[in-house]
Amino acid sequence: MHRIDTCFLSRALAPSIWIALALSICSAQTHAAYSDNVVKIGVLTDMSGPYSDLAGPGAIVAAQMAIEDFVARQKPDFKVELVTADHQNKGDIAANKAREWFDREQVDVVSELVTSSTALAVMKVAKEKNRIALITGAGSSRITNEDCNDVTAHWAYDTYATGNGTGKAVVQQGGKTWFFLTADYAFGQSLEKDTTAVILANGGKVLGSVRHPFPSTDLSSYLLKAQASGAQVIGLANAGADTINAVKQASEFGITPKQTLAGLLMFITDINSLGLKATQGMYLTEAFYWDMNQETRTWSKRFYERHKKMPTMVQAGLYSALTHYLEAVKASHSDSTAVVMAQMRKTPVNDFFTHNGQLRADGLMQHDMYLMQVKKPSESHYPWDDYFVRATLPGAEAFQPLSLSRCPLIHR
Amino acid sequence: MTDIFGVPLLALLGQMLLGLVNGSFYALLSLGLAVIFGLLNVINFAHGAFYMMGAFAAWGLLTLTGIGYFGALVLVPPLIGGVGLIVDRLLLKRIAHLDPLYGLLLTFGLALILEGGFRYQFGVSGESYDVPESLQGALDLGFMVIPKYRLWVIAVSTLVCLVTWFVIEKTRLGSYLRAATENPTLTQAFGINVPLMVSLTYGFGVALAGLAGVMAAPIFQVAPLMGSNLIIVVFAVVVIGGMGSILGSVVTGLSLGLIEGLTKVYWPEASSTVVFLLMALVLVLRPAGLFGRQT
Repeated sequence: MHRIDTCFLSRALAPSIWIALALSICSAQTHAAYSDNVVKIGVLTDMSGPYSDLAGPGAIVAAQMAIEDFVARQKPDFKVELVTADHQNKGDIAANKAREWFDREQVDVVSELVTSSTALAVMKVAKEKNRIALITGAGSSRITNEDCNDVTAHWAYDTYATGNGTGKAVVQQGGKTWFFLTADYAFGQSLEKDTTAVILANGGKVLGSVRHPFPSTDLSSYLLKAQASGAQVIGLANAGADTINAVKQASEFGITPKQTLAGLLMFITDINSLGLKATQGMYLTEAFYWDMNQETRTWSKRFYERHKKMPTMVQAGLYSALTHYLEAVKASHSDSTAVVMAQMRKTPVNDFFTHNGQLRADGLMQHDMYLMQVKKPSESHYPWDDYFVRATLPGAEAFQPLSLSRCPLIHR
Repeated sequence: MTDIFGVPLLALLGQMLLGLVNGSFYALLSLGLAVIFGLLNVINFAHGAFYMMGAFAAWGLLTLTGIGYFGALVLVPPLIGGVGLIVDRLLLKRIAHLDPLYGLLLTFGLALILEGGFRYQFGVSGESYDVPESLQGALDLGFMVIPKYRLWVIAVSTLVCLVTWFVIEKTRLGSYLRAATENPTLTQAFGINVPLMVSLTYGFGVALAGLAGVMAAPIFQVAPLMGSNLIIVVFAVVVIGGMGSILGSVVTGLSLGLIEGLTKVYWPEASSTVVFLLMALVLVLRPAGLFGRQT
């Protein structure tokens, strides 16, 4: 693989002296990547913290599957290697690891990056080193707005899409009055803000909100406030263990099913660990559900064989993103960042994860999202039979339109 | 209706009752810590992990053997206490003669290993455990509707705390224990098996954590990190109450639950900080804690 883009000087010079200059001026890694014909993929994820179930080890399994399937299908004339690390949900650890991978291990693409702070930090390093970041786990809409850049693709979902999908659908189905339980940090606040806009636009009303510290074990006090507000819907603008405990305690206090809970960011692993009894009837928006069609079932069962859990949209999205990346490398005969990104934008994404997905100029992979409703225990007939797919939200409606983008790349 | 700083009185009462429920957990856990510290001089950082194991043991009993909540309430504390005895025999005994700091580091490492093992096995989201059937439903107290199970938690933990206090402060066995703490050599000279008493005490403290775990399982998600979320607050309770003071830890646990509950009403964002603010204040004004003996 030619990686001439990391070395500005060499690009400008005649091919005859290119190798000599590359040896003397560029760092050793450029030379090694040129000679060793390897595409190296890094998966940087939360291996042990609160998001390790929805991303973590399962994401690594998905990445391994993407590489194995690609190699078996395409028999490429380059090697594909995988490196993985735990970023512990800390932006500085993630940035340092990415830097080390780019500088010393010739990693071409860093992927997954659950937790927005790690994704935002690594994107910047990738831009500086001119390598690619494929984000599937983080949700912040800043990734493709204020902080967007041309080496990043945001693949599975963002807070705009999940808040928008659930908020709109619930209001349209009659849930007009809302009360928010919001995790008191950037992610929770932006989720509340995005969803509030959707609720108001659709004729709903927000009666109030309460900001709770992150993390909180006992959310019953806040739930009682939500109950006292008399709102029809309690919006959970939090994630992970906070959401899980809120759902569990709402059921304990008899708040559900009198009032409806709307999980603004939930994953199938959350639902599965809470059980259907506590979550039945909830609405949530996902990019992927394993049991939607034959294609999703076939892939997910293979995943299950290896991981013993069904995939989340983050894990399935990682497979999709890496496959699209590898196909682009193969099609363009290059691992140059600019060339591969252009190829990825040019080609629609068509796989079991999505159909006719489009990587936009702001870095967002626009694709259909799905409004799910959690089944009652009596409606679930086998393990992981958790959702009804209530509506398909076309990509153009589910995600923020490009015209509203705050990404500097768009309005240059 | 009467308002107190803009909050209706009845709603406030409801929130205070919820605070008392959390306070019961603080009391139960800090009681175990206080007993262990008072008698062994071990700062038991693994307490949160034992609490988590108690919850998982209850879940395991139900899933694997069908033994329900009340069975777990009886079986789990001795089981987890037994684990505590093994830890004491194999690990803590070896460093008993060193500075308490070593015990802290050892138990902290142990907590990380235990949590890591459970996380590896069960994943971080954990498992769900239902409220037992006979305690399901809610009582209408007039000012609030409270799940019966939460009232049960207050009742059981108050009872356990009282019994523990009584045993240690008012019985012959308790007097041996206290004597063994004050002067182990002299107590041994009277023919009392001090090492055995110390081991049993550690086992008992750990069993209390296991009991708290069983009681927490129906309320909180049974998850590997459930203990580490709680343990820091519980340590703050012990510090405020006075290290090693049994009565102090119980009273402080309950009152801090109340104070935290009130903070959740008036300034939710500060509710996780208020305990530590109080801890800092207490350390400045009464370094030995509210109920601790000044030395």
